[in-house]
Amino acid sequence: MFEILGITSQALFGQLLIGLINGAFYAMLSLGLAVIFGMLNIINFTHGALYMIGAFVAWMLLNYLGVGYWWALVISPIVTGALGVLIERFMLSRLRDLDHLYGLLLTFGLALIFEGLFRQKFGSSGLPYRPPAELTGGTNLGFMFLPNYRAWVISFSLVVCLGTWYAIEHTRLGSYLRAATENPALVQAFGINVSRMITLTYGFGVGLAALAGVLAAPIYQVNPLMGSNIIIVVFAVVVIGGMGSILGSIITGFALGVAEGLTKVFYPEASSTVIFVIMAIVLLIRPTGLFGRSS
Amino acid sequence: MTLIKKLAVATAFMTAMAAPAFAQYSGPPIKLGVLSDMSGLYADLSGPGSVIAAKLAIEDFGAAAKGMKVDVIGGDHQNKADVGASIARQWYDQDGVDVILDVPNSAVALAVSDITKEKNKIFLNSGAATSDLTGPKCTPNTIHWAYDTWMLANGTGKAMVKQGGDSWFFLTADYAFGYALERDTMEVVKKEGGKVVGNVRVPLNNQDFSSFLLQAQASKAKVIGLANAGGDTTNSIKGAAEFGITQAGQKLAGLLVDVNDVHGLGLQVAQGLTFTDAWYWDLNDDTRKFAARFAAQNGGKYPGKIHAGVYSSVIHYLKAVEAVKSKADGAAVVKKMKELPTDDTVMGKGEVRQDGRKTHPVYLVEVKKPSESKKPWDYYKILTTIPANEAFRPLKEGNCPLVN
Repeated sequence: MFEILGITSQALFGQLLIGLINGAFYAMLSLGLAVIFGMLNIINFTHGALYMIGAFVAWMLLNYLGVGYWWALVISPIVTGALGVLIERFMLSRLRDLDHLYGLLLTFGLALIFEGLFRQKFGSSGLPYRPPAELTGGTNLGFMFLPNYRAWVISFSLVVCLGTWYAIEHTRLGSYLRAATENPALVQAFGINVSRMITLTYGFGVGLAALAGVLAAPIYQVNPLMGSNIIIVVFAVVVIGGMGSILGSIITGFALGVAEGLTKVFYPEASSTVIFVIMAIVLLIRPTGLFGRSS
Repeated sequence: MTLIKKLAVATAFMTAMAAPAFAQYSGPPIKLGVLSDMSGLYADLSGPGSVIAAKLAIEDFGAAAKGMKVDVIGGDHQNKADVGASIARQWYDQDGVDVILDVPNSAVALAVSDITKEKNKIFLNSGAATSDLTGPKCTPNTIHWAYDTWMLANGTGKAMVKQGGDSWFFLTADYAFGYALERDTMEVVKKEGGKVVGNVRVPLNNQDFSSFLLQAQASKAKVIGLANAGGDTTNSIKGAAEFGITQAGQKLAGLLVDVNDVHGLGLQVAQGLTFTDAWYWDLNDDTRKFAARFAAQNGGKYPGKIHAGVYSSVIHYLKAVEAVKSKADGAAVVKKMKELPTDDTVMGKGEVRQDGRKTHPVYLVEVKKPSESKKPWDYYKILTTIPANEAFRPLKEGNCPLVN
């Protein structure tokens, strides 16, 4: 055992691991944002609200229909993704040719409406959601007690993140998508329905947010405010990683989780601001973000 | 009829007509402003529920029947002292508000208390906790109603040390309220023979407490004191259960826990938690009746101590206005409120002290096991009732300039 600045290695390893777990949420949410921005050029401010809705759908499935966690993990992203498809089809698609700012305003307004509706119905204290029986308890790693559920979160989100990255960068479907971003007219000319592809991509990004919401439900409370608490941080993650960079958002998500975790040990008062300090520094040195391509 | 008789009848008639005016307030309409966190982490503990509580109080006081017109408006301070201060100024200067109620968040409450004194209006605080409002910062225009940090610290701190929890580590909300709660609890712990081994200051509205909980765990303290509130408290308690901290033998002392927090946590997680609360809805028939009326208007959510405090303070304020027969001079009405004993169906009998502290009995409670809970919101087992004269800081110890 060794010590750094009065912190034992034991405590330090624990904090690093916790940082990675929180980073998993940042990564999953920023991934969805990056997909939506990278492919659709929409700055999706509803993302936090949709993450919240994802968690609420899981809660409603359990409390109204008796459907448990594992099914919620599948159903909630589909239901919320379908909501995303409706939003894209009936609202966002009409703004496609306008400035980014209009999309931003629309999605921000939608976020406020969703949050307001849920707060009106469910209050602000949050609702309890138990982790599934299979994942309760924990393992003693020697340097810390790791709850099984958190171990599950970190491994599952890694799989989802890497799977998404692979699908976009290394499959045929992903290549269509990327091509459609570069030149929609040309891709359309090859007989691919670009409009439908964009709608489905948005739905997929929203599904990722909902999935993160279901994962978060047993850890944090199911709370109407859970989205707005996290969304600003996630935007900072996306900016640091480079707007639209898929791999960048994944790596930055995990890295910033760790950076924030360490700040909680060495200077806890700054833990809610450290990510924004990093963002400011990165923007000064590399305005396109760590993994962004300059256009 | 002789002239004398005519005069006598006329006088009697006029006296009869004028009588209500002597007994009652007949001045301009009274306006109450509920300044609260309407949408953030304290919204369920205070917020829109406080507006409902104030309206119920006006109804129960029978203001309309007495010819008093009393209006209630609400405002959202968003937990920002500057926002709260500017709403307070606007209410006092332009909107004709006479009394500001509730104001959770100590930072905002301290700002509102200063402005209230400057404008000679009235601040009846139920939402904020800092005991400084009746200590060094007391004013002739502010009354602190439901609870305060000293009361919470004293009740819970004493009980925990007595059970053997003699070393403490604090998770403290990083603003005025957290500091006050931490300070007041530290004093109690040390006085009772315990020691404080460490603390960590956590930014307000934090999602994940696991980092801080691991630090608390590493400190080996027997008790982890949660000097925070609302969502921060529930997230700390959840984290502690998840990371096996409570199972490993360390105890949690929730210093400010509300019945709404317990509801949000669920009994499965919250069971066994011991803390001090200023009020509980299931005390007697009157409180149960109040809770049912309140819940019917509040989407089924039950009232907590802050709502009860708002209710009780409004009733007492209206009584004082009736006695003074004028609402114009805020300090004069507060003076009358200190003279009159408090008595209402929800918080029972009590008094308002010279320093502006309203006193009443408080309760050391334990959260029930899921199997013990027989009806909705049946959450507390009352362990001890702490009498009013022991529950709050002794008058002389607060350093309030109004006390000589």
